Amino acid sequence: MSLSTHNVSVGYHGQAIVKNVSLTLPEGKIIALLGPNGCGKSTLLKAMARILTPMGGEIHWQGNNLHSTPSQYLATQLALLPQTQPIPEGIKVKDLVAYGRSPYTGFWGRLTKEDHKIIQQAMEQAGVTELSEQFVSELSGGQRQRVWLAMTLAQDTPYLLLDEPTTYMDLNHQVELMNLFKTLNEAGKTIITVLHDINQAARYCNHLVVMKAGEIITQGEPESVLTKELLESVFSVTAQIHTDPVAHTPMCIVE
Amino acid sequence: MKTLLSSFLLALLVAFIVALSLSLGAVSLSFEQILSGFDASSEFYFTIHEYRLPRSILAILVGGMMALSGALVQGVIRNPLASPDVLGVSQGAGLAAVILMTIFPSVSIFWLPWAALSGGIIAALFLWFLCGSHSGAIKLAITGVAMAALYSSAVDFLMLTKPLEVNNALLWLTGSLWGRGWNQITMLLPWLVLIPFAFSLAKRLNLIGLGDDVATSLGTSISMTRLWALTIAVGLTASCVSICGPIGFLGLIAPHLARRLVGGRHQVLLPCTMLVGMVILLLADLVARIINPPIELSAGIMTAIIGAPYFLWLLFKVR
Repeated sequence: MSLSTHNVSVGYHGQAIVKNVSLTLPEGKIIALLGPNGCGKSTLLKAMARILTPMGGEIHWQGNNLHSTPSQYLATQLALLPQTQPIPEGIKVKDLVAYGRSPYTGFWGRLTKEDHKIIQQAMEQAGVTELSEQFVSELSGGQRQRVWLAMTLAQDTPYLLLDEPTTYMDLNHQVELMNLFKTLNEAGKTIITVLHDINQAARYCNHLVVMKAGEIITQGEPESVLTKELLESVFSVTAQIHTDPVAHTPMCIVE
Repeated sequence: MKTLLSSFLLALLVAFIVALSLSLGAVSLSFEQILSGFDASSEFYFTIHEYRLPRSILAILVGGMMALSGALVQGVIRNPLASPDVLGVSQGAGLAAVILMTIFPSVSIFWLPWAALSGGIIAALFLWFLCGSHSGAIKLAITGVAMAALYSSAVDFLMLTKPLEVNNALLWLTGSLWGRGWNQITMLLPWLVLIPFAFSLAKRLNLIGLGDDVATSLGTSISMTRLWALTIAVGLTASCVSICGPIGFLGLIAPHLARRLVGGRHQVLLPCTMLVGMVILLLADLVARIINPPIELSAGIMTAIIGAPYFLWLLFKVR
């Protein structure tokens, strides 16, 4: 019940991309937002991260309007990993990860022992400890993505919002990331992520929200959401649904 | 640790160049002679206390403030090509000051910084109107440089067409520290109050560097930070320009050099940028003064000689 949208329309330059969406995101789950390009999944995520203000409707956090809740407080509740990030100059990995602590630090950004501990842990979880002394500008795309993830983790929020976090990552880091989601989820975090890969979503997430043309088509557990008809109507592909021989989750194979 | 050492060395360098500036010039003085210059009865009193010392102090203040202003602008609009002089804010401030002095010559000199401030703000707003808020780094820089050239030629025009007695006053606005003294330092002092305000933005400037989305999600108000930083930057620039005219490229180069030395964390970067700015302006003024004494070049020419090629190099590097 923590995060919910009520007849939300949101978009850019007066053009609604997400149309009249009402959605309650189940707490304590790993939630994937799925849909074809331009369906509004990233836009909806940005509205929930208060990057975009809805043109109509309201987003609620703990029953209050998200966009009138104090920003500093929300920074301790919701963290966002955007799809692309600028490359800050002259900033080391450990500095960037430390910036994730800023909602908790004073006006000069001084770090406590506790802060350092959390930063260390975030870097370990994201697998960037050995990069800590390097400049962010020297890293590869995939490494950078993990560093930003560590920064988001250092923010230590109960909710994590991620926009296609696996882009730029090679396969083993994708798997590590999805497993990390599981660990974080077991530790009590709710994870809301935009994903491209339907099979990845079905395997690692326990709640799928499928969008098309700015509207929610269906939502629920992967087993009930992932059907031949859905793939046909949303993604315009003919596909078979099988059970993943390893994880026993549904997976689709395009014909 | 490395940053602490760099800052210490920079401060030491500032002190060293100040000592050089006191010693060198049309007459070279020894260490004892410099010391005696602080005594009103000494024959060197005028050279040291009335001429070289205030000039060095002014170089420290102006160098620090202009460099800080550049770091604020670069930080807040995330554009390495930006700085008040590249964006035409300095020249706009200079033009407003010149207009005040030529068209209303009877107005008290007290209003000069305020005229410069309004000119700087108008120039900033005009650039924003021309380019919009989401324009690329290069478009902003090129438009800014063009506007800066336009304002400078307007200043030249006014200087050439207005009577001689006004011209004397206008020698001020050529980007030089020549002929400035304790009076100008007193005029500049109240503006130092902006420096702590600039430092208080350090943490938020760091987060702005992470992009608007992340900065917002970390609880920073982008528009407020931007407004504050730019206002402080224009204030710092305008007050300096009203004292010694637009000194080109100082606000551009100093933050870049400082970033190389101590990295991009603004808590360290802002103070170090000020030190680098002091070193550059002190050095530029010293060289301009001793290259062919007693004839002086303007410090602005010296900074342009280093600054212009550096700007071009940045322009090629940024795409």
